[in-house]
Amino acid sequence: MEEEVVIKVDNIGMLFNLSQEKVDNLKEYVIKFLKRELLYQEFWALKNISFEVKKGERIGIVGLNGAGKSTLLKIITGVMKPTEGTFKTKGKIVALLELGAGFDPNYTGRENIFLNGALLGYSKEIIKSKFDEIVEFSEIGKFLDVPLKNYSSGMRARLGFSVAVAVKPDILILDEVLAVGDAKFKKKSKDKINELLSEDITVIIVSHSPKQVRKLCDRAIWLKEGHVMMIDDADTVVDAYIEDIKLE
Amino acid sequence: MTSIKQNIDNFLKYRYLLIELVKKDITIKYRRSVLGIFWSFLNPLLNMIILTIIFSTLFKADIVNYPVYLLIGRTVYTFFSAGTKGGMGSIQKNSAIIKKVYVPKYIYCLSSVLSEFVVFAISCSVIFCVMLATQCQFTWYIFTAIVPVSLLVIFITGISMILTTINVFFRDMGHLYGVFLTLIMWGSAIFYPITIIPESFIGVFYSNPVFVFIDLCRESILYGHALNLELVAYASLWSLASLLIGLFLFRKYQDKFILYI
Repeated sequence: MEEEVVIKVDNIGMLFNLSQEKVDNLKEYVIKFLKRELLYQEFWALKNISFEVKKGERIGIVGLNGAGKSTLLKIITGVMKPTEGTFKTKGKIVALLELGAGFDPNYTGRENIFLNGALLGYSKEIIKSKFDEIVEFSEIGKFLDVPLKNYSSGMRARLGFSVAVAVKPDILILDEVLAVGDAKFKKKSKDKINELLSEDITVIIVSHSPKQVRKLCDRAIWLKEGHVMMIDDADTVVDAYIEDIKLE
Repeated sequence: MTSIKQNIDNFLKYRYLLIELVKKDITIKYRRSVLGIFWSFLNPLLNMIILTIIFSTLFKADIVNYPVYLLIGRTVYTFFSAGTKGGMGSIQKNSAIIKKVYVPKYIYCLSSVLSEFVVFAISCSVIFCVMLATQCQFTWYIFTAIVPVSLLVIFITGISMILTTINVFFRDMGHLYGVFLTLIMWGSAIFYPITIIPESFIGVFYSNPVFVFIDLCRESILYGHALNLELVAYASLWSLASLLIGLFLFRKYQDKFILYI
């Protein structure tokens, strides 16, 4: 049986301009122009990246800091558009990267659940139907109608996690198998992630733990300085990656 | 090019987010103030009273119903300035989210324009209250004001998209625009009659679209005249042109926003 391809990345490259962020007003622009500092320092964070992920597969991404892992995830989730190349994804992607992105500190927990759900692209009906589940899972209890600025950081993370995992995605993206909150909630969130992992959804995990990649992933991609070094089954890639680190 | 159907599907998917963002803008703005959203009503009313006391004796002979004359001008101008200012800063304001979650970016721009529209709609009720209080004549032509108001919403959306695109790359835009708005305000005949302007300068006023919108609204609401179709066509031209340029610029540069915010 031919399996369906849910993520297809084709020859992606991402070019950053290192001086880009600094020039944001006219005065600086003119000065830099006169000094000829506008000759940009270019930097390919990713180059010639191609791979396919089939439905239900679990892919690990390994690599040192600055290898381009986060940039790749940002491209897959649609936050960034690659400078060159194309990619296609199929189905609902949920990224457990930035929990509670878009929470408003002046909004209450209840209002933030709806706002955050809407940001993730859910309709009002879906959020309503999952609302009780979210509240129960997050254990925020009587803080539900208190503005978020009065929450502890653990509570905020719990709420963000609960909203993110409320709806079962087609593709799950994880930056480390993260566990948030206190020891008790950590276990609960880990269980929830494992529950998601045991289901038939596609998963992409970025991890610094070779053990985890071996355990959780079918295949792995090793990135180094923006290039794909190897795509193979998890054990082979992790072995090569560890070997490479030792050499340096 | 993505197809029109895809765009519409995408919009429908994020329609609820748009509503949530508008709601958030308004609730946060008035949260913890005792009078809450009632301020949107009170603010133009109090403002009108002050300006009427100051100016009405000055222009007594020239303006039939000074409070209403002033209110219409001020309401339209405030919608324009607050809407475009909010729209201009919308991408910047939401930069933290834009860097993390994918959402069509025009939603942020549109939501800030729409939340100003809600405030505008509340201010409009002030106009009608004052019309009642001053025994101003109500005519059926009031309903034709929907035409300039709809055009105004399109105009503001277009200008916002242009400004927010420029503002992402050049922050100076925000400061420059503040100065420009002062020019627009004084060139819109908000609290003085257009008749005090020498004949030879009238053309300058009509090249200011905000004045054109104010004029159209006054004609239909205050004076009860039929819409001047030529002026409507002229206003539509401004609206469509700004929307098309806005869409074009925004689409062209939106993928680069993330590198600059």
